[in-house]
Amino acid sequence: MAAIYSLYIINKSGGLIFYKDYGSKGRMDTNDSLRVASLWHSMHAISQQLSPITGCSGIELLEADTFDLNCFQSLTGTKFFVVCEPGTQNMEVLLKFIYELYTDYVLKNPFYEMEMPIRCELFDIKLTQAIQKDRVALLGR
Amino acid sequence: MQFFGGSEISPSAPTLTATGAGNNAHMIYIFNRNGVCLLYREWNRPLHTLNPQQDHKLMFGLLFSLKSLAAKMDPTSVDKGNLGVPQLPGQGCSFHSFRTNTYKLSFMETPSGIKFILVTNPRTGDLRETLKYIYNLYVEYVAKNPLYTPGTPIRCELFNTAVDQHVRTISS
Repeated sequence: MAAIYSLYIINKSGGLIFYKDYGSKGRMDTNDSLRVASLWHSMHAISQQLSPITGCSGIELLEADTFDLNCFQSLTGTKFFVVCEPGTQNMEVLLKFIYELYTDYVLKNPFYEMEMPIRCELFDIKLTQAIQKDRVALLGR
Repeated sequence: MQFFGGSEISPSAPTLTATGAGNNAHMIYIFNRNGVCLLYREWNRPLHTLNPQQDHKLMFGLLFSLKSLAAKMDPTSVDKGNLGVPQLPGQGCSFHSFRTNTYKLSFMETPSGIKFILVTNPRTGDLRETLKYIYNLYVEYVAKNPLYTPGTPIRCELFNTAVDQHVRTISS
Protein backbone atom coordinates (compact mmCIF):
# COMPACT_ATOMS: atom_id res chain seq x y z
CA MET A 1 0.00 0.00 0.00
CA ALA A 2 1.44 3.26 -1.01
CA ALA A 3 1.20 6.29 1.22
CA ILE A 4 1.98 8.55 -1.70
CA TYR A 5 0.19 7.82 -4.93
CA SER A 6 1.75 10.33 -7.28
CA LEU A 7 3.75 13.52 -7.55
CA TYR A 8 3.28 16.36 -10.03
CA ILE A 9 5.33 19.46 -10.68
CA ILE A 10 3.83 22.17 -12.87
CA ASN A 11 5.51 25.31 -14.14
CA LYS A 12 4.17 28.83 -13.70
CA SER A 13 2.00 28.61 -16.82
CA GLY A 14 0.35 25.33 -15.88
CA GLY A 15 2.43 22.98 -17.98
CA LEU A 16 3.35 19.65 -16.47
CA ILE A 17 7.11 19.39 -16.12
CA PHE A 18 7.33 16.33 -13.90
CA TYR A 19 5.00 13.45 -13.13
CA LYS A 20 5.73 10.31 -11.22
CA ASP A 21 3.35 7.58 -10.19
CA TYR A 22 4.02 5.47 -7.09
CA GLY A 23 1.45 2.76 -7.54
CA SER A 24 -2.03 4.12 -8.00
CA LYS A 25 -4.53 1.93 -9.76
CA GLY A 26 -5.37 2.72 -13.35
CA ARG A 27 -2.30 4.77 -14.13
CA MET A 28 -3.00 7.96 -16.04
CA ASP A 29 -1.66 8.30 -19.56
CA THR A 30 0.44 11.26 -20.64
CA ASN A 31 -2.42 13.25 -22.11
CA ASP A 32 -4.55 12.84 -19.02
CA SER A 33 -1.75 13.85 -16.67
CA LEU A 34 -1.16 16.99 -18.73
CA ARG A 35 -4.86 17.82 -18.64
CA VAL A 36 -5.15 17.20 -14.92
CA ALA A 37 -2.11 19.38 -14.26
CA SER A 38 -3.41 22.35 -16.19
CA LEU A 39 -6.86 21.89 -14.68
CA TRP A 40 -5.32 22.06 -11.25
CA HIS A 41 -3.43 25.19 -12.24
CA SER A 42 -6.66 26.98 -13.15
CA MET A 43 -8.59 25.71 -10.14
CA HIS A 44 -5.79 27.00 -7.97
CA ALA A 45 -6.12 30.44 -9.58
CA ILE A 46 -9.91 30.51 -9.32
CA SER A 47 -9.83 29.59 -5.66
CA GLN A 48 -7.85 32.76 -5.04
CA GLN A 49 -10.55 34.87 -6.69
CA LEU A 50 -13.27 33.39 -4.51
CA SER A 51 -11.55 34.12 -1.24
CA PRO A 52 -13.60 36.11 1.27
CA ILE A 53 -10.45 37.71 2.65
CA THR A 54 -7.50 39.33 0.89
CA GLY A 55 -4.16 37.60 0.63
CA CYS A 56 -5.26 34.18 -0.55
CA SER A 57 -2.56 32.09 -2.19
CA GLY A 58 -4.61 29.19 -3.53
CA ILE A 59 -5.55 25.69 -2.47
CA GLU A 60 -3.14 23.97 -0.12
CA LEU A 61 -5.07 20.82 0.64
CA LEU A 62 -7.90 19.12 -1.19
CA GLU A 63 -9.62 16.32 0.69
CA ALA A 64 -11.44 13.83 -1.50
CA ASP A 65 -13.19 10.58 -0.61
CA THR A 66 -10.23 8.35 -1.48
CA PHE A 67 -7.22 10.64 -1.45
CA ASP A 68 -5.74 13.90 -0.19
CA LEU A 69 -4.02 16.33 -2.50
CA ASN A 70 -1.37 18.55 -0.93
CA CYS A 71 -0.10 21.47 -2.95
CA PHE A 72 2.84 23.78 -2.43
CA GLN A 73 3.48 26.80 -4.59
CA SER A 74 6.93 28.33 -4.69
CA LEU A 75 7.47 32.08 -4.91
CA THR A 76 8.14 31.82 -8.62
CA GLY A 77 4.84 30.09 -9.30
CA THR A 78 6.04 26.52 -9.71
CA LYS A 79 3.53 24.20 -8.07
CA PHE A 80 4.35 20.89 -6.45
CA PHE A 81 1.56 18.56 -5.49
CA VAL A 82 1.30 15.05 -4.15
CA VAL A 83 -1.67 12.74 -4.11
CA CYS A 84 -1.61 10.64 -0.96
CA GLU A 85 -3.81 8.53 1.26
CA PRO A 86 -6.53 10.40 3.15
CA GLY A 87 -5.28 11.83 6.41
CA THR A 88 -1.56 11.53 5.69
CA GLN A 89 0.31 14.02 7.86
CA ASN A 90 3.47 16.04 7.31
CA MET A 91 3.07 16.34 3.57
CA GLU A 92 4.02 20.04 3.71
CA VAL A 93 7.43 18.99 5.00
CA LEU A 94 7.87 16.49 2.19
CA LEU A 95 6.82 19.06 -0.40
CA LYS A 96 9.29 21.60 0.96
CA PHE A 97 11.97 18.95 0.79
CA ILE A 98 11.08 18.12 -2.80
CA TYR A 99 11.27 21.82 -3.55
CA GLU A 100 14.76 21.86 -2.07
CA LEU A 101 15.75 18.94 -4.27
CA TYR A 102 14.30 20.78 -7.24
CA THR A 103 16.35 23.90 -6.56
CA ASP A 104 19.50 21.88 -5.95
CA TYR A 105 19.39 19.30 -8.68
CA VAL A 106 17.20 20.86 -11.37
CA LEU A 107 17.67 24.62 -11.22
CA LYS A 108 21.41 24.35 -10.61
CA ASN A 109 21.77 21.95 -13.49
CA PRO A 110 23.39 23.95 -16.32
CA PHE A 111 21.70 21.83 -18.97
CA TYR A 112 18.22 22.41 -17.62
CA GLU A 113 16.08 24.89 -19.52
CA MET A 114 13.56 26.76 -17.39
CA GLU A 115 9.90 25.72 -17.62
CA MET A 116 10.79 22.60 -19.59
CA PRO A 117 10.14 18.98 -18.55
CA ILE A 118 12.58 17.78 -15.91
CA ARG A 119 15.03 15.15 -17.06
CA CYS A 120 17.73 15.10 -14.40
CA GLU A 121 19.08 11.78 -13.22
CA LEU A 122 20.29 13.05 -9.85
CA PHE A 123 16.92 14.58 -9.12
CA ASP A 124 15.21 11.26 -9.84
CA ILE A 125 17.59 9.39 -7.57
CA LYS A 126 17.29 11.83 -4.67
CA LEU A 127 13.54 11.95 -5.07
CA THR A 128 13.19 8.18 -4.94
CA GLN A 129 15.30 8.18 -1.77
CA ALA A 130 13.18 10.91 -0.19
CA ILE A 131 9.91 9.15 -0.95
CA GLN A 132 11.33 5.87 0.33
CA LYS A 133 12.49 7.52 3.53
CA ASP A 134 9.10 9.11 4.00
CA ARG A 135 7.41 5.77 3.56
CA VAL A 136 9.68 4.12 6.13
CA ALA A 137 9.00 6.96 8.56
CA LEU A 138 5.30 6.48 7.97
CA LEU A 139 5.48 2.76 8.66
CA GLY A 140 7.39 3.44 11.88
CA ARG A 141 4.65 5.73 13.15
CA MET B 1 -21.26 9.00 -1.42
CA GLN B 2 -22.82 8.78 1.97
CA PHE B 3 -26.47 8.05 2.52
CA PHE B 4 -28.50 10.26 4.72
CA GLY B 5 -30.65 8.92 7.48
CA GLY B 6 -34.22 9.88 8.21
CA SER B 7 -35.28 13.40 7.45
CA GLU B 8 -36.13 14.32 11.02
CA ILE B 9 -33.80 16.80 12.55
CA SER B 10 -31.86 15.12 15.24
CA PRO B 11 -32.73 16.74 18.56
CA SER B 12 -29.09 17.20 19.39
CA ALA B 13 -27.50 19.08 16.54
CA PRO B 14 -23.82 18.24 16.15
CA THR B 15 -22.85 21.33 18.04
CA LEU B 16 -19.18 21.49 18.65
CA THR B 17 -18.15 23.37 21.75
CA ALA B 18 -19.65 26.78 21.13
CA THR B 19 -17.12 28.66 23.17
CA GLY B 20 -15.10 30.25 20.35
CA ALA B 21 -15.72 33.70 18.94
CA GLY B 22 -18.65 32.11 17.16
CA ASN B 23 -18.11 33.80 13.85
CA ASN B 24 -16.00 31.39 11.92
CA ALA B 25 -18.28 31.13 8.90
CA HIS B 26 -17.87 33.44 5.95
CA MET B 27 -20.64 32.42 3.58
CA ILE B 28 -22.89 29.65 2.39
CA TYR B 29 -24.01 28.72 -1.12
CA ILE B 30 -26.72 26.27 -2.13
CA PHE B 31 -26.92 25.25 -5.77
CA ASN B 32 -29.36 22.90 -7.43
CA ARG B 33 -28.26 20.36 -10.00
CA ASN B 34 -28.65 22.85 -12.86
CA GLY B 35 -26.28 25.35 -11.30
CA VAL B 36 -28.98 27.76 -10.13
CA CYS B 37 -27.96 29.44 -6.90
CA LEU B 38 -30.83 28.70 -4.52
CA LEU B 39 -29.34 30.46 -1.56
CA TYR B 40 -26.40 32.71 -0.88
CA ARG B 41 -25.77 34.21 2.53
CA GLU B 42 -22.70 35.93 3.81
CA TRP B 43 -21.79 36.69 7.38
CA ASN B 44 -18.28 37.96 7.12
CA ARG B 45 -16.92 38.78 3.70
CA PRO B 46 -14.73 41.86 3.48
CA LEU B 47 -13.53 41.11 -0.05
CA HIS B 48 -15.80 41.08 -3.09
CA THR B 49 -13.90 40.62 -6.33
CA LEU B 50 -16.88 40.04 -8.64
CA ASN B 51 -20.54 40.88 -8.86
CA PRO B 52 -22.82 38.32 -7.18
CA GLN B 53 -23.98 36.60 -10.34
CA GLN B 54 -20.47 36.08 -11.66
CA ASP B 55 -19.31 34.99 -8.23
CA HIS B 56 -21.96 32.25 -8.13
CA LYS B 57 -21.12 31.10 -11.63
CA LEU B 58 -17.43 30.94 -10.82
CA MET B 59 -18.09 29.00 -7.64
CA PHE B 60 -20.28 26.47 -9.42
CA GLY B 61 -17.68 26.10 -12.16
CA LEU B 62 -14.93 25.56 -9.62
CA LEU B 63 -16.90 22.83 -7.86
CA PHE B 64 -17.81 21.12 -11.12
CA SER B 65 -14.21 21.07 -12.27
CA LEU B 66 -12.80 20.01 -8.92
CA LYS B 67 -15.29 17.16 -8.86
CA SER B 68 -14.23 15.91 -12.26
CA LEU B 69 -10.59 16.36 -11.26
CA ALA B 70 -11.16 14.27 -8.13
CA ALA B 71 -12.97 11.61 -10.15
CA LYS B 72 -10.11 11.45 -12.62
CA MET B 73 -7.39 11.41 -9.98
CA ASP B 74 -8.95 8.72 -7.79
CA PRO B 75 -5.98 6.41 -7.15
CA THR B 76 -8.07 3.48 -5.94
CA SER B 77 -10.18 2.74 -8.98
CA VAL B 78 -9.05 1.41 -12.32
CA ASP B 79 -11.78 2.61 -14.63
CA LYS B 80 -12.19 6.34 -14.23
CA GLY B 81 -13.60 7.38 -17.57
CA ASN B 82 -12.56 10.53 -19.34
CA LEU B 83 -11.76 13.83 -17.74
CA GLY B 84 -14.66 16.28 -17.73
CA VAL B 85 -17.47 13.85 -18.47
CA PRO B 86 -20.39 14.87 -16.25
CA GLN B 87 -21.13 12.38 -13.50
CA LEU B 88 -24.27 11.67 -11.56
CA PRO B 89 -24.29 12.61 -7.89
CA GLY B 90 -22.67 9.81 -5.93
CA GLN B 91 -20.92 8.41 -8.96
CA GLY B 92 -17.14 8.33 -8.94
CA CYS B 93 -14.82 9.88 -6.40
CA SER B 94 -15.80 13.30 -5.11
CA PHE B 95 -14.22 15.74 -2.69
CA HIS B 96 -15.57 17.06 0.59
CA SER B 97 -13.38 20.03 1.37
CA PHE B 98 -10.40 22.09 0.40
CA ARG B 99 -8.31 24.53 2.35
CA THR B 100 -6.33 27.62 1.38
CA ASN B 101 -4.39 29.93 3.66
CA THR B 102 -7.40 32.25 4.07
CA TYR B 103 -10.45 30.01 4.01
CA LYS B 104 -11.76 26.47 4.04
CA LEU B 105 -14.53 25.34 1.73
CA SER B 106 -16.67 22.35 2.68
CA PHE B 107 -18.81 20.74 0.07
CA MET B 108 -21.63 18.24 0.10
CA GLU B 109 -23.79 16.98 -2.72
CA THR B 110 -27.08 15.26 -2.02
CA PRO B 111 -28.37 12.35 -4.14
CA SER B 112 -30.72 14.79 -5.87
CA GLY B 113 -27.80 16.95 -6.95
CA ILE B 114 -28.25 19.83 -4.52
CA LYS B 115 -24.88 21.22 -3.53
CA PHE B 116 -24.20 22.75 -0.13
CA ILE B 117 -21.09 24.87 0.18
CA LEU B 118 -19.89 26.37 3.42
CA VAL B 119 -16.91 28.72 3.48
CA THR B 120 -15.29 29.06 6.88
CA ASN B 121 -12.14 29.95 8.70
CA PRO B 122 -9.23 27.70 7.60
CA ARG B 123 -8.77 26.36 11.13
CA THR B 124 -12.23 24.80 11.42
CA GLY B 125 -12.36 21.03 11.55
CA ASP B 126 -14.40 18.54 9.57
CA LEU B 127 -17.75 20.13 8.72
CA ARG B 128 -19.46 17.21 7.02
CA GLU B 129 -21.85 16.78 9.95
CA THR B 130 -22.69 20.48 9.89
CA LEU B 131 -23.54 20.28 6.20
CA LYS B 132 -25.70 17.22 6.79
CA TYR B 133 -27.51 19.14 9.49
CA ILE B 134 -28.06 22.07 7.12
CA TYR B 135 -29.39 19.59 4.58
CA ASN B 136 -31.85 18.38 7.21
CA LEU B 137 -32.91 21.97 7.80
CA TYR B 138 -33.36 22.35 4.06
CA VAL B 139 -35.58 19.29 3.91
CA GLU B 140 -37.64 20.47 6.87
CA TYR B 141 -38.05 24.12 6.04
CA VAL B 142 -37.71 24.32 2.27
CA ALA B 143 -38.53 21.01 0.60
CA LYS B 144 -41.54 20.49 2.85
CA ASN B 145 -42.76 24.06 2.39
CA PRO B 146 -45.88 23.94 0.19
CA LEU B 147 -45.27 27.46 -1.07
CA TYR B 148 -41.79 26.69 -2.34
CA THR B 149 -41.33 25.95 -6.04
CA PRO B 150 -38.30 23.70 -6.63
CA GLY B 151 -35.55 25.35 -8.60
CA THR B 152 -36.27 28.88 -7.43
CA PRO B 153 -34.23 30.90 -4.94
CA ILE B 154 -35.08 30.08 -1.34
CA ARG B 155 -37.06 32.79 0.41
CA CYS B 156 -37.80 31.27 3.76
CA GLU B 157 -37.19 33.29 6.87
CA LEU B 158 -37.35 30.28 9.16
CA PHE B 159 -34.67 28.44 7.19
CA ASN B 160 -32.42 31.48 7.15
CA THR B 161 -32.62 32.00 10.90
CA ALA B 162 -32.08 28.30 11.57
CA VAL B 163 -29.00 28.28 9.34
CA ASP B 164 -27.65 31.46 10.92
CA GLN B 165 -28.16 30.04 14.35
CA HIS B 166 -26.47 26.76 13.56
CA VAL B 167 -23.55 28.33 11.74
CA ARG B 168 -22.80 30.46 14.78
CA THR B 169 -21.95 27.30 16.70
CA ILE B 170 -19.08 26.34 14.38
CA SER B 171 -15.86 26.61 16.31
CA SER B 172 -12.32 26.56 15.06
